[in-house]
Amino acid sequence: MAEILRVEDLSRHFRVGGFRARGNLHAADDVTFTVASGEIVALVGESGSGKSTIARVLAGLYPATSGRVVFEGQVLGRHSSRVTRGHMPMVFQDPFGSINPVLRVGHGLLRALKLHRPDIDRAHRVAEAVALLEKVGLTPGDDVITRYPHELSGGQRQRLGFAQALASRPSLILADEPVSMLDVSIRIGLLNVMKELRDNEGVSILYITHDLASARYVADRMIVLYAGRIAEEGQTEEVIATPRHPYTQLLMSAAPDPRLPLSDDVEHSDLGEPPKVIDPAPGCRFAPRCPLARDECRRTDPPRVEVTPTHHATCFAVAESWAST
Amino acid sequence: MTSVLTINDLCVDYLTPSGPAHAVSHVSLEMAQGEFLAIVGESGCGKTTLLFAIAQLLTYPGRVTSGTILFEGVDLTALRPEELRAHRWRDISVVMQSAMNALNPTLSIGDQLADACRAHTDWDDDKVAARSAQVLEMVSIDPIHLKSYAFQLSGGMRQRAMIAMALLLEPKLVIMDEPTSALDVVAQRSLMRQIQDLRQSLGFSVIFVTHDMSVVSHFSDRLAVMYAGEITELGATRRVFDEPRHPYSQGLMEAFPSLLGAPRRLTGIAGNPPSLVDPPPGCLFAPRCAVAIDVCHLVAPELVDKGGHATRCHLVNPVVTSG
Repeated sequence: MAEILRVEDLSRHFRVGGFRARGNLHAADDVTFTVASGEIVALVGESGSGKSTIARVLAGLYPATSGRVVFEGQVLGRHSSRVTRGHMPMVFQDPFGSINPVLRVGHGLLRALKLHRPDIDRAHRVAEAVALLEKVGLTPGDDVITRYPHELSGGQRQRLGFAQALASRPSLILADEPVSMLDVSIRIGLLNVMKELRDNEGVSILYITHDLASARYVADRMIVLYAGRIAEEGQTEEVIATPRHPYTQLLMSAAPDPRLPLSDDVEHSDLGEPPKVIDPAPGCRFAPRCPLARDECRRTDPPRVEVTPTHHATCFAVAESWAST
Repeated sequence: MTSVLTINDLCVDYLTPSGPAHAVSHVSLEMAQGEFLAIVGESGCGKTTLLFAIAQLLTYPGRVTSGTILFEGVDLTALRPEELRAHRWRDISVVMQSAMNALNPTLSIGDQLADACRAHTDWDDDKVAARSAQVLEMVSIDPIHLKSYAFQLSGGMRQRAMIAMALLLEPKLVIMDEPTSALDVVAQRSLMRQIQDLRQSLGFSVIFVTHDMSVVSHFSDRLAVMYAGEITELGATRRVFDEPRHPYSQGLMEAFPSLLGAPRRLTGIAGNPPSLVDPPPGCLFAPRCAVAIDVCHLVAPELVDKGGHATRCHLVNPVVTSG
């Protein structure tokens, strides 16, 4: 598969604090990954892991502190063109805050078509917009296009978000927690829409989520982030079946699942306190919570270890167990 | 076991320009001392309204139109505000959904704990300070944070501080409205364990409302599933998970992906909940139900209890036609 997005050593820091206690918040540090065409990649992490920051840097909402982003062979700069942006639209988390309530459903779609699809003349735009709505399951499209956003439910609005993103015929959609505000019974429908868009339209999706189970459901590959760094990445089923990084293992055991008995093997004392990312100490960021941490974890950054050619973990303990076998 | 809370045929309406919306209709529940009852449902199913009615926190345009809420035999709906004050916090306390908004940003945690003590007890300052430190320790927060403000705590600590406040006066019933929804999975599980441990050592009852039924699957004794203002299924948590009877509960069980087993395609539940102002005749779930039969669209089913597992469905409880 052809690579369409390459992120190289991407870092984004924010200055925080006042006059006396000035600090540097490391939202993302040296993040490197690729997305191939027609692939769904999940960026999984808890709040504060830097997953949304990475999406926002990709969307051009913030510049990167260092590192570079290569999209369709072009390095994205501070002034990326509207054309590039059109090829990588974003679907936001909040379906109630991201659609203008006073304009009809058709407005956003027609506007996107007008700006990004010069090949479609005015007469054919409405037909194209209706077709887009039907691709995301908003049927009948010619009725939905005349509605106002308040007439749609949360799930329908989020489908509209995908239709709008699809209007510019993108090669990659950035989906930032698109289902986390929806009810459980509706989420799965939207996840299925994402899979259909991948299979039928050939679009890649960077799916940003905190929910490991939904990432497993839609994604071909997953990247687990902790405190702004990649902890583990690989083919979804490989990571789920054999998680190597202690943090991925903790996440797996904490995910509530009524089909499983309650696991008791994990440390009772882990209160889920978030990591310190303001002027972080050197070494592995997970070390303070890690049951396997040793001295070197607190001194030096852990290496990226190849578990299999399609599965990597950033951890000293994994490196050691691999060296000994 | 003695019952702490008995709700009989409770109805709550919200007055809207297009007529009253029946947010809670004909809910009856009984809770035993020390029991953990989970109420799950989607947004708009009336679960939070039910909690607010129990805590008597409903304000216009919401009001209780019929039914009684008996707390240890006293009907809370009939009490005057000053009589209610005697029960609040001492007998019934509430943990709100968003700790960030429920904690006062301008007062330290210690000041907020002291404020509740002064409003509801005649304790002196030493007793207040000692008890405040004690409840923080119960939820694994160092008492040094009595001097901290809400913004200095992490999300998990704030939510635990809220629980500490609720436990301050050793209530018999603690009402929790999605206390874990803003937390990460690890913090969420840690909080659930803590609630469980405290309940077992202190013996209070918990009503826990959530939209995510997997959160409570290992912690609650009984589970009530709400849909469009009604309880559609009520039974022992394990049984509702293992053999859900109502088609809506069955659909919910099939709606969340798992980390276990082979990957498979899920479908969720098509459609949207009905209007609460102008509900359809018959079963409220019938328009979305894949297995509805003719009678479902005509006659509203009753909640029928069979061996401690109650279901509101014509397929589970066939209609007996008279004559």
